[in-house]
Amino acid sequence: MGLNVPTMAEMMAQGETPDVLFWVGCSGSFDDRAKKITKALVKILNECKVKFAVLGTEESCSGDPAKRAGNEFTFQVQAMMNIQVLNGYDVKRIVTACPHCFNTLKNEYPELGGNYEVIHHTQLIQDLINTGKLVLKDGGVFKGKKITFHDPCYLGRANDVYDAPRTLIEKLDAELVEMKRCKTTGLCCGAGGAQMFKEAEKGNKEINVERTEDAMETSATIIATGCPFCNTMMTDGVKNFNKENDIQVLDVAELIANAAEL
Amino acid sequence: MLSIILFAVLAIVGIGFFAYNVRKVRFNILLGRDTDRTDKASERWKTMALVALGQKKMFTRPIPALLHLTLYAAFVITQIELIEIFADGLTGGHRTFHEALGGFYTFMISFIEILTLLALIGTIAFLSRRNLLKLPRLNMKELAGWPMKDANLILIMEIVLVVCIFTMNGADEAAQLQQGNAGYGFVISSFIGPLFLNMTDNLETLHTLEMIGWWGHILMVFAFLNYLPYSKHFHILLAFPNTYYSNLEKKGKFTNMESVTAEVKLMMDPNADPYAAPAEPQAEPQRFGAKDVTDLTWKNLLDAYTCTECGRCTSSCPANVTGKLLSPRKIMMDTRDRLVEVGENMRKHGKDFNDNKSLLGDYITEEEIWACTSCNACVLECPVNIDPLSIIIDLRRYLVMEESKMPTELTGMLTNIDNNGAPWQFSQNDRLNWAKED
Repeated sequence: MGLNVPTMAEMMAQGETPDVLFWVGCSGSFDDRAKKITKALVKILNECKVKFAVLGTEESCSGDPAKRAGNEFTFQVQAMMNIQVLNGYDVKRIVTACPHCFNTLKNEYPELGGNYEVIHHTQLIQDLINTGKLVLKDGGVFKGKKITFHDPCYLGRANDVYDAPRTLIEKLDAELVEMKRCKTTGLCCGAGGAQMFKEAEKGNKEINVERTEDAMETSATIIATGCPFCNTMMTDGVKNFNKENDIQVLDVAELIANAAEL
Repeated sequence: MLSIILFAVLAIVGIGFFAYNVRKVRFNILLGRDTDRTDKASERWKTMALVALGQKKMFTRPIPALLHLTLYAAFVITQIELIEIFADGLTGGHRTFHEALGGFYTFMISFIEILTLLALIGTIAFLSRRNLLKLPRLNMKELAGWPMKDANLILIMEIVLVVCIFTMNGADEAAQLQQGNAGYGFVISSFIGPLFLNMTDNLETLHTLEMIGWWGHILMVFAFLNYLPYSKHFHILLAFPNTYYSNLEKKGKFTNMESVTAEVKLMMDPNADPYAAPAEPQAEPQRFGAKDVTDLTWKNLLDAYTCTECGRCTSSCPANVTGKLLSPRKIMMDTRDRLVEVGENMRKHGKDFNDNKSLLGDYITEEEIWACTSCNACVLECPVNIDPLSIIIDLRRYLVMEESKMPTELTGMLTNIDNNGAPWQFSQNDRLNWAKED
């Protein structure tokens, strides 16, 4: 079954307004691994008949990496162009699978004239399950599996969202095991603050390797996360230990889509 | 009479010199740029009550939190005894409140003695952690030299204070017993008193010992007070204003640069006349970001004076734990050291003096600030709500926006965003391709 991905322009042409705009983000649009997360979320949205739309080719970088890299000018140009588009469509509610976009749209756009209710996809999925729109099959594929959750910094410490992803993992009938550094004390994957786009400074270890060790100590077979950057970093970390056959790195949206057999 | 005069002079000089130094610190802090932290008063009071007074964030690490609590509690409660010391000193009296308070006095001094003993244990434990157990976060390279001496000196001063208190109370107890009176019945000095009496039953000697304890204590108090503005230990006072003026926004929200907003708005306004004369004479043009301490906000500078160099930030920093040069604690220490230097220069040579040095370059290197992942671990970890991240980001802003200096990969990333609206080289027209792929 193909995905149903309406754009804002198409919706508008039909005189319709979506309930929520899905902000895909650059990773979700272009990165091969992150595209799978995007599709998993769309499957969930389609399954639950959520009236959503994407900006498609009208979307542009939120400006997060520019701002963290210190280039406020590039950030604000991006932000204001996006705000023009979003306000033009009278967008009220935005969901995104990228904590960096989430943080920027939610916290940094209001001062530039963009006021929206912005939620992370784990929060939306939690809501879909709570309202009975999404039903997970009993004894799903993850039953009894050990899953650990790696907190994305821009979801956790930056915005105090710790519970939504964990609640979803618990719904899988799986065993949620915490790493020694978790929630407020969670260790970064190493990609934030524009590090994703550059080599790390000189040190004695890569941050993602250090973090993957935390995850491996839990003996979990799945590392769940809620950020495309964290996903890349943890996947590389697992490969560093040649454990890619034993440990999977999956986004919470993928876990849920699998469990719901979508 | 002579002792009253001596005490009064000591008190005036001690408090006066402290006030003089506090004014200097205040002057230095106000060299920072303005930022508004006057909103949400009730939330601010609550934050201060929980974080500074209530030590809430200390308890993520229970052992140092408990040890610290002994010193903190003893410090706060001993201020009551200090009132009596002042009363005695200025009237020439001896235990001025003893008769009036009766049994409550005995309870109060006993309570202070117990806390003081606990503080002594805490102090010794702290000294051991630092010097014998050599805890990694208390022995990092940024602490070499003066910071390490500063830390030990404070702990030694605290031991001297405690010894003085017990000498005073113990000798006093012994003197009472020697005269055939019932002792005071203070919980701990009633054990020390007989020990003193065993050593000497000369009343004169016991009185002298008590005086040594009394004067030693008050001298240490004034010495300690005046040492504070020069020391990392200033946190015992500044923790309160610093938590009151905490950043109450979500930690992921970075400040908006309004000067940039004005420019971008003008750029995007189709009706803007490119040849128009600038409307109003704008305020003095500010540097983008921060090169030196005077480019930071006063809150950043207050943060720097408040830092007690505990290193919780650094021990939770992903860059630091993987061996990178960045240490958030060093960022705060450098900021303070540079601020003290800039303030001193201004007072000596006038406000426009330029020593051709700056925070970025002479104190903090580019390698340090580029190692930051902006993960907010340091900010969350700080027991007194210091924000090293905002300093790091302001230094980056200066480098990138004023000097176009950054790792080359970032230049590429920024160019991509400018050109095609993504940090990688993908066309914006391909943004929806994923929906058609299988």
